[in-house]
Amino acid sequence: MKTSRFWAWLVFVVGAAYFFIPLIATFEFSLRMRRGVYSFDAYRVVLGDARFQETFAYSVTVAVFTILLGVFLVVPTAYWIRLRMPQLRPIVEFITLLPLVIPAIVIVFGYIRMYGSNSPLPFLGSARGTDALLVIGYATLALPYMYRAVDTGLRTIDVRTLTEAAQILGAGWTTIIARVILPNVLIAVLSGAFLTFAIVIGEFTLASLLNRPAFGPYLQNIGANRAYEPAALAVIAFAITWGCMSVIQILARFAPKSANRPN
Amino acid sequence: MADPFLSIQNVKKSFGNVAVVKDFNLDVGAGEFVSFLGPSGCGKTTMLRIVAGFEEPSAGKVLIGGKDVTGLKPNQRNIGMVFQAYALFPNLTVAQNIGFGLKVAGMPKAEAQARIDEMLGIIKLPDFGDRYPYQLSGGQQQRIALARALAPKPKLLLLDEPLSALDAKVRISLREEIRSIQKKLGITTIFVTHDQEEALSMSDRIVVMNEGRADQTGTPFEIYNRPSTKFVANFVGTLNVLEGTISDAASGTVKINAEEIGLKGKLNGSKSGDTLSLALRPEAISLGRKAGNDSNLTGQIADVHFLGSVIRVRVGVGQNVVSLDTFNSPSSPPPVVGQKTEISFSSGDVLVLH
Repeated sequence: MKTSRFWAWLVFVVGAAYFFIPLIATFEFSLRMRRGVYSFDAYRVVLGDARFQETFAYSVTVAVFTILLGVFLVVPTAYWIRLRMPQLRPIVEFITLLPLVIPAIVIVFGYIRMYGSNSPLPFLGSARGTDALLVIGYATLALPYMYRAVDTGLRTIDVRTLTEAAQILGAGWTTIIARVILPNVLIAVLSGAFLTFAIVIGEFTLASLLNRPAFGPYLQNIGANRAYEPAALAVIAFAITWGCMSVIQILARFAPKSANRPN
Repeated sequence: MADPFLSIQNVKKSFGNVAVVKDFNLDVGAGEFVSFLGPSGCGKTTMLRIVAGFEEPSAGKVLIGGKDVTGLKPNQRNIGMVFQAYALFPNLTVAQNIGFGLKVAGMPKAEAQARIDEMLGIIKLPDFGDRYPYQLSGGQQQRIALARALAPKPKLLLLDEPLSALDAKVRISLREEIRSIQKKLGITTIFVTHDQEEALSMSDRIVVMNEGRADQTGTPFEIYNRPSTKFVANFVGTLNVLEGTISDAASGTVKINAEEIGLKGKLNGSKSGDTLSLALRPEAISLGRKAGNDSNLTGQIADVHFLGSVIRVRVGVGQNVVSLDTFNSPSSPPPVVGQKTEISFSSGDVLVLH
């Protein structure tokens, strides 16, 4: 008993050290901008940089649209698959996993070929069109996380009976999804949304090759040309991601208690 | 029935090659409480779902109030339904659950609130409006589900095994409550159950279903006392089946284990030498000879179960074993296993099974 506990603790300590030491080192390095003393100068420079604010605001905006697109696409799809076409589930799951095995660079080259200014769908012919294509691309990259989060949420409720109960009370599909299904999987949707947010904020390939002023290319640019600021940016980006995760945990406490299954 | 409120006409339903409902016909009068009773897989829930509009029949039609609703979606039929799994919306309070159908129908807020209060009063949970489903017991949740189904004043109420998930005590009290609310509101109701006691105690009429067909439709008294098929006789209540041979068809004499009993007028279409199954309810059989019983058989006590107020005795009669119940009497000891005895019954209580 005691031996197994020792090994468990050892694995935990090694794992934690592997995770935290680079983070602490990065944080420590980010504080060394002023020679001889620790200071937050690097953070002050980064946060005061107009390009930081512009690119961050751009990426946040794109993330919000990506989340909206993901929710509109994934919630009805996952719901319909679970309700009416469970036999298609393995196929849909396979499709949603594709972005994990197809590199973003392949996707973006495909976009450039398909949606160039001379194509029938010239998304890349204008800045707004490119923004739209970027949102669509990000929604695709986030699909594995969003679909799984929503599908897991749907698994915790009796989708069929709740749907039928709403239907027999006169509700149509829009009302059922908006007032019955979505509120009951809201925490799962939010989990997917924050994962999407984290992906979009740090993504480099799509934004860079589509030449959009996003936060990912800005991070790369700073990293290539400065010493202390990239470390500060890495810590800021990490804090944002952890913040998102914490929000998921907090929101999970407010999940509606499932009472639709008899004991 | 001259003017049925609900009419199910020649309905069939198949899933692939499996026929789940086979030519089902039923007329239900306004305000009637009809139960679909049968074992798992007999097609009773599928039939209910066809009435609700959740399943499309392969053939036949469903009429409500004289109007063909076969092609209508569930949300266009004005039907209330209570599910076995309650199906309350977990994200909504009790009041919001009850008011869901009213809101969908666009009822003004004040009017809807009055109706919600009225429904909470009817189900005797007036102070539960602000609670969430997870804060309620199973019985309370099912009462809320009933209130939610009734709030929009549906034309027809469907109950899909609403008591199955509840414990025995709650089931009994809730079934009485459901019946009393149904009578009070006068709403036509279809109740699906596999529990014969529920069906017998609640229904105006029972449809006993077997392998997708209505084996027998009748009042609880008719179903219990005059089952028309062997399946109904076996499924509803406890039944003793005695195998016998017709010794004289003309005089109605049947031989059971070398003893003869008379069944005059019950052997239509049979001939001497035919074997047949005779059924008797336990309460129709007495231990020993009894005044008014015209048939007797000899047997041996095979088993005695003391159940408190009742003693259940199993008597071996040749190859047959017959169960009967006698009341416990503190002054007389229970029968002894192995003891020779006679059982008696009235030939009028004997059912000839086809």
